[in-house]
Amino acid sequence: MSETNGHGELPDETPDETPAGPHRVIGTPPPAEARTLLGGREPDGDRPAPRELPADPADLRKAKVAERLVAACFIVAMLAGIGFIAAYIGLEVHSVDAVLRSNLALGTSLSVAFLGLAFGATIWVRHLMPEVEITEARKPLASPAEDRAAFAETFTEGADASQFAKRPLLRRTLIAATLPIAVAPIVLLRDMGPLPGTSLRHTVWRKGLRLVEDVSNTPIRPADFSSPGGMITVIPEGYQDDDDALAKAATIIIKFAPGELQHPTVLNWTVDGIVAYSKICTHVGCPVSLYEQTTHHILCPCHQSTFNAPKGAQVIFGPAARPLPQLPITTDAEGYLVAQSDFHEPVGPSFWERG
Amino acid sequence: MANRALDGVGGFLDDRFRGAKSFRTLFKKIFPDHWTFLLGEIALYCFIILLLTGTFLTFFFQPSMTDVIYHGSYTHLDGIRMSEAYASTLNISFDVRGGLLMRQIHHWAADLFMAAIFAHMLRIFFTGAYRKPREVNWLIGIVLLTLGMLEGLFGYSLPDDLLSGAGLRILEGVMQSIPIVGTYLAFFLFGGAFPGHLIIPRLYILHVLLIPGLILALITAHLFIMFHQKHTQMPGKGRTDKNVVGAPLYPYFMAKTGAFFFFTFAALALASTFAQINPVWLYGPYTPVAMSAGSQPDFYMGMLEGALRVMVPWEWNVAGHTFSFNVFLPALLPLGIIFTAAALWPFIEQWITGDKREHHVNDRPRNAPTRTALGMAVITFYGVLWLEGANDIIADHLNIALYTTTRIAQVSMFVAPVLAYIITKRICLGLQRKDLHLLEHGVETGIIRQMPSGEFIEITRPVSEEEQAKLAFPARPPGLPAPDSADENGIPAPGTRGAIGKVRARLNTILTESVELPGSNGHTNGHGADGSGQAQDEPEHAAVPAGGVPDGSQEIAPGAGQADSGSSGDDAPDQ
Ligand code: HEM
Ligand code: FES
Repeated sequence: MSETNGHGELPDETPDETPAGPHRVIGTPPPAEARTLLGGREPDGDRPAPRELPADPADLRKAKVAERLVAACFIVAMLAGIGFIAAYIGLEVHSVDAVLRSNLALGTSLSVAFLGLAFGATIWVRHLMPEVEITEARKPLASPAEDRAAFAETFTEGADASQFAKRPLLRRTLIAATLPIAVAPIVLLRDMGPLPGTSLRHTVWRKGLRLVEDVSNTPIRPADFSSPGGMITVIPEGYQDDDDALAKAATIIIKFAPGELQHPTVLNWTVDGIVAYSKICTHVGCPVSLYEQTTHHILCPCHQSTFNAPKGAQVIFGPAARPLPQLPITTDAEGYLVAQSDFHEPVGPSFWERG
Repeated sequence: MANRALDGVGGFLDDRFRGAKSFRTLFKKIFPDHWTFLLGEIALYCFIILLLTGTFLTFFFQPSMTDVIYHGSYTHLDGIRMSEAYASTLNISFDVRGGLLMRQIHHWAADLFMAAIFAHMLRIFFTGAYRKPREVNWLIGIVLLTLGMLEGLFGYSLPDDLLSGAGLRILEGVMQSIPIVGTYLAFFLFGGAFPGHLIIPRLYILHVLLIPGLILALITAHLFIMFHQKHTQMPGKGRTDKNVVGAPLYPYFMAKTGAFFFFTFAALALASTFAQINPVWLYGPYTPVAMSAGSQPDFYMGMLEGALRVMVPWEWNVAGHTFSFNVFLPALLPLGIIFTAAALWPFIEQWITGDKREHHVNDRPRNAPTRTALGMAVITFYGVLWLEGANDIIADHLNIALYTTTRIAQVSMFVAPVLAYIITKRICLGLQRKDLHLLEHGVETGIIRQMPSGEFIEITRPVSEEEQAKLAFPARPPGLPAPDSADENGIPAPGTRGAIGKVRARLNTILTESVELPGSNGHTNGHGADGSGQAQDEPEHAAVPAGGVPDGSQEIAPGAGQADSGSSGDDAPDQ
């Protein structure tokens, strides 16, 4: 669209381009101008103020070309804008393919519209506006000493008149009056949530509650495992729609060959080499969801804490400080896996009261 | 006819508000130009675009965690239980025309916003633009950066997809780890145990009202202060601490900045057309039971993620209470220290150098070698942790063992910043020597000429006025009096007395280490005598002739000056 100009960057006065415009130092103006600037007297009609910005760019032929280019950019932008509206009206959504088509059309037309405006405006500034470089003096930021002194005087007078300094009783009671009110908003936040109590110490697991497979919600018999193998995510039966319960109760089970499970895994809490651990990482609570069958390592995808499955899910790498708690399991009368009880320690991330 | 409109509209307004004079001043305000000044503008425009697209999103987004069964256009998730928030995000993406585009622009703008703020802040740091009188704006900038991080975190948590839910879970775990108050904080924020049903609506109101309001107020203050104090400028011909050189707001800066707004919007629209971002429908709705591997937060959170990953499993149990050092230390310490140090830095530097002057001409980074080196050290530290935040992906792509990447990070987070410091400082001093060489010997032209004696020499030309002004802008902050200097009565100079004074003097020597460049014009115009009290030049840098180039002179004869600039250096890495 504008291969001759712009190149997508804003003008950046290169030092070797000689400024076409005047170089005026505003800080050191001729006396007449000084009055306008400092005294605020607007220039009067009979003696117009000298021009500060030139009216025309240096190279008028180049400017003519630039003008056409800018107009072309703006026309492209206008057409793209019309295209955007057309695409909105013409293209339906409601399916993945349709959405992608619509996104492409809307996005492209919007981009082109903005690019047209951007390139147009850039060429305009760079090649149509006369170049100027103006030097303006900075005033010191600090007020002059007399202004400060005057302010201090006003302030002191006001303070005296208010009697604030003179009457400590008023001062102190005022402060005393505002303090409780200042604390009130914090007190008001108290009902944002219940107190934790012991809720972090328990999950919904209890004696006899069945372990069901996540998603399919089917109970599990030890015999369903033909051989030792992968990791299965289980949840307490009947809680599949209760995220609050699942956030603590999600559990994994892994079947091991006889003799593979070792201390500190509690063997009494396992059934036929099947062991159940909390799925909630003891670091900051992500569900541990990767299992490497060859090494028997359970890996948390969040910060890569790694737990040794056959040895009580002890931490062998990563920032987690505690093993995954083990859920005591057994089978019920129908031969399905059930919990013997809740976890014997809090699951998930540490907290201050955990101990 | 322009004048008729001016009389009409302008007259109407001025009759009521008396604005002619102030608007004239406003229009004539001078804006210096440098490409790095655009970084802040990008951030500003991103924020405007975030306001616009975000408002559009609020028309359709439902900040609710009520369960619904999905039956929308995205058939892969048909019949799945999910929160209304997630369902409405699917709805925005698949059933609202332009909805996906707006979502993607919003997300890309958030990323660009943060990237621009980071880059802007580094620009301010490395050029010393935070120095007096701009310390307050530096502090506002740090608060803005922090608010931006929070705003982004809360924003990408809103869709309630699997990825963002995991982010919230991590947030909850981190809050719980804070000693004494942590559990309570988490319960109050989430309205009970995780996840509860309140967190999305709460984050929503913070995301669309409270934090944008704060950001808007602070940006306004930031710009007003900038406007009042005027921009800084890079060193160059005719630029001093007492003036500002550039083009007026109207029409130049207005047009340029307008164009730049369009460029920013165009770039975001292009990204959102061709680069998918946060395809939440692929992640699925949040469930506390599942988690996908290789999930990443937005880039500005990566450093915190890395800090959590790199930490060792250190936890104490004392008297029934748990200190989870493995969680709250990495979550709070690295970023906390960086932000606090950044906030204090302008004041620390002022105290060490004793430099109480106003600065309006920026430093070139090489001319403040110690500051630049410190900055690079912090960037390196941040960078190591940031990379560690993606270590699984790095390990995967580079075929390194996962644990090895973490071990490398554990070592390099301490070693790499030190190396970065040393290397950067040497590079800066080397570049300064190169500048000195240019100033003294001129620019090599590549033309070789044979001398009558048969010897070959290369013709040099003197540096131009413009180059001279840029190269020779004062390189060093004014020094404190030397630690053991005493006035004629034998009383040590104030500020260097006692143990603290000694430390300060020592720090000052380190901080002001620099090659001294001749002919610091522009500098002496701007300042009084206090700038020259540099008694304690380190001996190895004293080789520059005191009167090398008289103030304001531009002509440096080729080959004139010192015979060998290398004599001023100990171990310059280049040359
Ligand atoms: C600095 C400012 C802001 C940042 C960094 C930011 C960031 C984000 C991010 C990263 C998302 C996730 C988008 C996604 O992929 O779905 C988001 C979502 C959202 N934002 Fe913002 N945002 C900002 C300002 C605003 C404002 C001012 C509003 C409203 C007035 C807003 C309204 C929303 C809404 C409604 C959503 C959820 C919609 C959805 O996810 O589809 N945002 N924001
Ligand atoms: S949550 Fe599992 S390692 Fe961090």
